[in-house]
Amino acid sequence: MNLELQGITKRFGSLVANDHIDLSIAPGTIHALLGENGAGKSTLMNILYGLLQPDEGKILVDGQPITVQSPKDALAAGIGMVHQHFMLVPVFTVAENVALGHEETKPLGWLDRRRMRAKVRQLSEQYGLRVDPDALTEDLPVGVQQRVEILKALVRDAQVLILDEPTAVLTPGETEDLFRIMRELRAGGKGVVFISHKLKEVQAIADTVTILRRGQVVGERPPSTSEDELAALMVGRNVQLRVSKTAATPGRVVLDVSDLKVATTQVLVPGEEAALAVNGLTFRVRAGEILGIAGVQGNGQTELCEALMGLLPVTEGGIHLNDRDITGASPRDRLRAGVGYIPEDRQQDGLVSSFAVAENIVLDTYDRAPYASGVALKLGAIRQTATERLAEYDIRAQSIDTPVGTLSGGNQQKVILAREVGRDLTLLLASQPTRGLDVGSIEFVHRRIIEERDRGVAVVLVSSELDEIYALSDRIAIMYEGRFTGFRPPDVPVEELGLLMAGIDGSATPEVPEAPGIREADEAVEAAEDPGAGGAAGVEGAARASEAGGREADGADRAGGATSEGPGTEAK
Amino acid sequence: MSESPSAPAAPPGSTPDRKPEEKPSFSRAILDAVIEGNSVVVTILAILVAIVLGGLLIAFTTQSVLHAWGDFFSSPGNAIAQAWDAASGAYVAIFEGSIFNPHTVSALFQQKSMSIALHDGTVSSVFYPLSETCVQATPLILAGLSVAVAFRAGLFNIGASSQWIGGAILATWLGYGVNLPIVIHVVVCVIGGFVGGAVLGYVVGLLKARTGAHEVIVTIMANYIMQYLLAYLLGKPKLLEKPGANGNLISPNIASNAHLPLLFGTHLRINAGFLLALACAAGVWWLMNRSTLGFEFRTVGANPNAARSSGMSVTRTWVLVMLIAGGLAGLAASTVIQGTDFSLNFQSYGTYGIDAITVALLGRSKPGGVVLAALLYGALHAGAPLMQASTGVPVDIVQVIQALIVMFVAAPPLVRAIFRLRAARAGGTGQVLSKGWNS
Repeated sequence: MNLELQGITKRFGSLVANDHIDLSIAPGTIHALLGENGAGKSTLMNILYGLLQPDEGKILVDGQPITVQSPKDALAAGIGMVHQHFMLVPVFTVAENVALGHEETKPLGWLDRRRMRAKVRQLSEQYGLRVDPDALTEDLPVGVQQRVEILKALVRDAQVLILDEPTAVLTPGETEDLFRIMRELRAGGKGVVFISHKLKEVQAIADTVTILRRGQVVGERPPSTSEDELAALMVGRNVQLRVSKTAATPGRVVLDVSDLKVATTQVLVPGEEAALAVNGLTFRVRAGEILGIAGVQGNGQTELCEALMGLLPVTEGGIHLNDRDITGASPRDRLRAGVGYIPEDRQQDGLVSSFAVAENIVLDTYDRAPYASGVALKLGAIRQTATERLAEYDIRAQSIDTPVGTLSGGNQQKVILAREVGRDLTLLLASQPTRGLDVGSIEFVHRRIIEERDRGVAVVLVSSELDEIYALSDRIAIMYEGRFTGFRPPDVPVEELGLLMAGIDGSATPEVPEAPGIREADEAVEAAEDPGAGGAAGVEGAARASEAGGREADGADRAGGATSEGPGTEAK
Repeated sequence: MSESPSAPAAPPGSTPDRKPEEKPSFSRAILDAVIEGNSVVVTILAILVAIVLGGLLIAFTTQSVLHAWGDFFSSPGNAIAQAWDAASGAYVAIFEGSIFNPHTVSALFQQKSMSIALHDGTVSSVFYPLSETCVQATPLILAGLSVAVAFRAGLFNIGASSQWIGGAILATWLGYGVNLPIVIHVVVCVIGGFVGGAVLGYVVGLLKARTGAHEVIVTIMANYIMQYLLAYLLGKPKLLEKPGANGNLISPNIASNAHLPLLFGTHLRINAGFLLALACAAGVWWLMNRSTLGFEFRTVGANPNAARSSGMSVTRTWVLVMLIAGGLAGLAASTVIQGTDFSLNFQSYGTYGIDAITVALLGRSKPGGVVLAALLYGALHAGAPLMQASTGVPVDIVQVIQALIVMFVAAPPLVRAIFRLRAARAGGTGQVLSKGWNS
């Protein structure tokens, strides 16, 4: 089925979301729609799927114009869509979800479960989806749930599948799986529309790339087009994909974490072992360096950040900030001590979406001078600062009174950045700081983080995007199942990093637990001061020991605990 | 991310080249408000719909009207006229009982001189309905503020009733149990009312903060505990029982020194409690919008996770909010005991707990809105007796109208459908209503 859009225009008030867009999707191809957030990709696809009505233009199927008033019409015309947010009933099985609204019935309205299941199984095999029709949806990982959504479209005999930012919720491995499925769909003669703002993915999978900017088609390119060119088309100017940065000049130790253990859940039954999300981490971060923590999501990074911020209780071990023990300090104490925190989920933990931009900018300084005197807020000072930050951080909001929830992801992140980096920091915790952001915003956030480093702030960067880890880190720690599988310099080959992320240590490059050069001298001094110190050396020891399958760690007390139980579990 | 498919009507305000909009003119703003059906307009229309439905209910429960409808086909005009008369008669009576009664003015003109009129209360009787409205509204304002404060912090305070009783017990006991000079006694009793309510609120907040007990459950149970505790105390001679009450479950009268001062002479019941309520509304507004504490309350209410990440103590906030909410409900009791009733009986708490929730909902949890909503309900309460006396429509119809108002306020899409309004822009204040249950 050949699908064509001609001159589609959609206006929201004064805003033109889609401006005379022409697009043609051939059967058996993967057509990528590339554009920044707000470029009009989703609007266009919502029009195609009948969720929105175009002001102008028409939709043609095999040359015949059709009207799409609702998703029902779209499905009838053979257009299926997989939304960013899945529309599944969690307590239903896969087969039930797939059949929902389209149920097979026996006489008297009985559900024909067997036929439902058989159909799911058949389609699942045909396209390599590997979905068990009897699995309960809520038990399935996100990647599989997405495949259920794809199944839903296939069952309704969709010839064109729209995937709206499908990789935003997936791990790298799941993304690979999805790409395999997309290729199978292509081979099966389906047209696939792949919406994304990630250049690498588009290059990897698409047959044709259409680039949207501010509601207009600004170009159609083959996937072999260079990343720089695609980015420039997308943003409308030349973008630096790799932030330029000078070599780090690490100073004194700012953050010293020793044998940190964090439980995922509270122990309800006395004597029961808690499941540990963070299982014995020892590391240090110095002023003026960026420690990048790489790893597939869900290996304890979230818990590590929350424990460092004081949001999760520490089960065992210690956290020192500038030689001060902050293991049990409250989040507020840590903020006061100069810790900046960019949380992983900005809408959930970083912002109050119904609050104005100004209120969000002072969300963690509202009770201190100059924003408050006694218990009275100083609105003048708050507004002044907010206005300044709005300009300084290039936050595109109508005014400082605009609710933050109406801003785009990139601008929301800039609000958080303006708040956290706007204070005097000693340590910056940045967790997935550019997740879901467009190229332009990523560049901005990266530059700011490096500026902080150059100002002498110690930075802990947690990211599951390897590009980001490579672009920013001065040292890379790789996290797997609550432990570090190794420390590496930023020029470590990606294959090695990938193995470490999967928990396999195929070390070829020497480890750098600390920035080279200053290490020995520093270590000697500190060792003299504190016989128990040398955490970083301890990690090195621990990792080496696990490699060698039980070789003795070189006497580092704190790491000793981790080592003794290390080899057995880590070597798997 | 900004291209959320579920909110197509809200264009991303972030679009790079979007210019700041010019400020619309005043008349344009009003027009927009009406067309888009924002919360204020919806509220007013909800009240209107409720009044119309209430009128129909009155018309069709009146005997004479029903008879007239029986003869609808012989004289349809009569049936409609009868229905109209019944409904409008009831509403006119409510109006006369709560705002202004023309008869009182004609009575005023029959007086020989102004001084006599002032003296025998004919002047006062002109203002009597308004005074009654304010008197009825006073505890509703305070109790409504109690629920509203909790709402804004994401807590659902069903326990205004228990906190009211807590405040009432302490205020009453201080009212008759101690002897103090005139001004001081009033102040001590008012503070007692606040403390009595605050203790109850504090316990709820503490339970939620320490054990995670849901405040809805705890406050509902606290209502029962306090109701029966009150009955117990009123039945024990050594405790709150009035000497010689013979099991009537009533407390002794409080000392006259503890009475809240009347504002406009002995003929009108309006007293300093009304001013106290207005002052509290202003105070709550300041607390919520101009203080660091209120900033914490609102942040915790809107997003507790972000509040925690920003260094706020969510549990401390819960305790503090419930303490203030409880105190406000306790103050409501003070104004009743010290302003109008002067003693406490086992039914004094009436429906304040539930009315407080409806007032807070109708007032959209904003102090100004709460005052207006409480005045409306106060007027309905004040006018109801006259309605029953002059038209025979039972006072309960007022409760029905109140409930209808809240129902329509809680269902904005329904009102918009009735009046064919466009949906308000995303992110309006409507969300406040649904907050709290799943916090």
